[in-house]
Amino acid sequence: MKDNAPASARAVPRAINWNRLQDEKDLEVWNRLTVNFWLPEKVPLSNDVQSWATLTEEERQLTIRVFTGLTLLDTIQNSVGAPAMMPDCLTPHEESVLTNIAFMEAVHARSYSSIFSTLCSTREVDEAFRWSDENPHLQAKARAVLETYAPEADPLKRKIASVFLESFLFYSGFYLPMYWSSRAKLTNTADLIRLIIRDEAVHGYYIGYKFQRGLELESPERRQELKDYAFGLLFELYDIEARYTEELYDGIGLTEEVKAFLHYNANKALQNLGFEALFPPEAAEVNPAILAALSPDSENHDFFSGSGSSYVIGRAVATEDDDWDF
Amino acid sequence: MPGIVYFSSASGNTARFVDGLGMLASRIPVSPKAVLGRIPEEFVLICPTYADGEGRGAVPKQVIRFLNDPDHRRRLRGVIGGGNRNFGATYGLAADVIAKKCSVPLLYKFELAGTLTDIARVKDGLHAFWGTECLTA
Repeated sequence: MKDNAPASARAVPRAINWNRLQDEKDLEVWNRLTVNFWLPEKVPLSNDVQSWATLTEEERQLTIRVFTGLTLLDTIQNSVGAPAMMPDCLTPHEESVLTNIAFMEAVHARSYSSIFSTLCSTREVDEAFRWSDENPHLQAKARAVLETYAPEADPLKRKIASVFLESFLFYSGFYLPMYWSSRAKLTNTADLIRLIIRDEAVHGYYIGYKFQRGLELESPERRQELKDYAFGLLFELYDIEARYTEELYDGIGLTEEVKAFLHYNANKALQNLGFEALFPPEAAEVNPAILAALSPDSENHDFFSGSGSSYVIGRAVATEDDDWDF
Repeated sequence: MPGIVYFSSASGNTARFVDGLGMLASRIPVSPKAVLGRIPEEFVLICPTYADGEGRGAVPKQVIRFLNDPDHRRRLRGVIGGGNRNFGATYGLAADVIAKKCSVPLLYKFELAGTLTDIARVKDGLHAFWGTECLTA
C-alpha cells in the first residue's frame, strides 16, 4: 500500500452507526438474517443415505444436476451479485445487510457440496459439474443475469435481475427436493433446502423493497422504462427457464408441473418488486403436495370456503412476546 | 358499518392486497407517533407476518399495541394473514397467533400481495361473513 496516493483517490468510509437509522427496514432485515443463520452441518444429511439408494440412476443424475445448477446461481450471487449492489446502496446499513446476503449465498453454495459428499460418488459429482459448465440453458441464464451486474449497468436494473435470481430462477431447481420430500424421500436434504428457500425469500423481499425505494426517486418516464425492462427481462429468463425445465424434467414427466411452479414464483418475484402478477391464476396453480412440502405444518386456511381449520391451532408456536399485555 | 383494519410495512404488500379488495379500510400506522384513524364498530384485521425461523416476533409491534387496547379487541371479528410459504411452518403465523390470543376465527391466508383468486375469495367471503354476523347480532 502506497501512502503517497492523492487524498481523493481513496475516500474513507464513515463509521457505521446502527443507532442512527435512515431506514428501519435495514435493522429489521439484519436481525431476521442473523437470527436465521445456519450451517449445513446442522442438518443430519447422512440420514438420507438409504433413501438415496432407492432412487433410480436417472433420478439420481437429475437430482445431482439440479443441485449443481443451484450451486452456480448461489456462486454468482455470492461473488458477483450481492457485491455488485453495494456501491448503489442508499444507506450504510444496506451495505452491511448485503454483506450478510453475500456470505449466506456462499453457505448455500457450500451446502450442495455437503449433500454431494454425503450421498454421491466423486465420479457422479464431477460429471454433473461438467454438465453444468456446458449446459447451454444454464449458461444462458447465468449470462443474462451477469450482464445486468456489470459495473456500467443501471443500479435499479441490477436489483431487478437480483430479485429475479433470488425469487424466480432458483425454483426450477427447488421443485425437485420438494417433490422428493412430498413422496417421503430425501427428507433431510429437503430440510436443508427449506433453510435456503427461507433465506432467499428474505433476500428477494429486501432487494425488492430497496428497488421500490429507489424507484420512488425516479421520474414517471423512468419508472415506466424500468417496469418495461423488468417484464422484458422476465420474459427472456422465463424462455430460458422453460427450456432448462424441459431438458431436466421431460424424462420423469414433471415438466408441466414444474412450469406451473415457475409461473407461481415469477408472479411472487414481480410482487417483491412492487409490480402486479404476470401469469394468470390458472397457469400458476401449484400441486398442493408441493405447497405442503414448502410449508409443512402450515394448513391452507380458507374459513370462507369451509376448508382448513380456523380455530384449532395444534402446533406449539412462540406466541410469547413481552409487548402483549393481555 | 363493518370494515377492515390492516397493517402494512413500507414494503406495501398488505396495502396492495387491501387496495385490491376495494373495501372501507383503516391502516394501523407504521410510526408509533402517528395518529390512528377511525376504527369501525366491527372489523376484520389483515396482518402480515415477520417471524424469525423459530416463529418469534411474528406479529408486528404496532399490531400488538393496537390489540392491547380492550376496546379494539371487543370490535375484532376475525383475522386474515399475509405471509410467504417460503418461510415454511411460520407461513402467515401472525394470523394464527392473533386468532388464538383474541379467540377470533382465522379467516384466510394469502402470500405477499395476494393473487386475483385470493382477492375474489376474500371479497366474497367477507360479504358473506358480514351477512352472517348481522343475522346473529
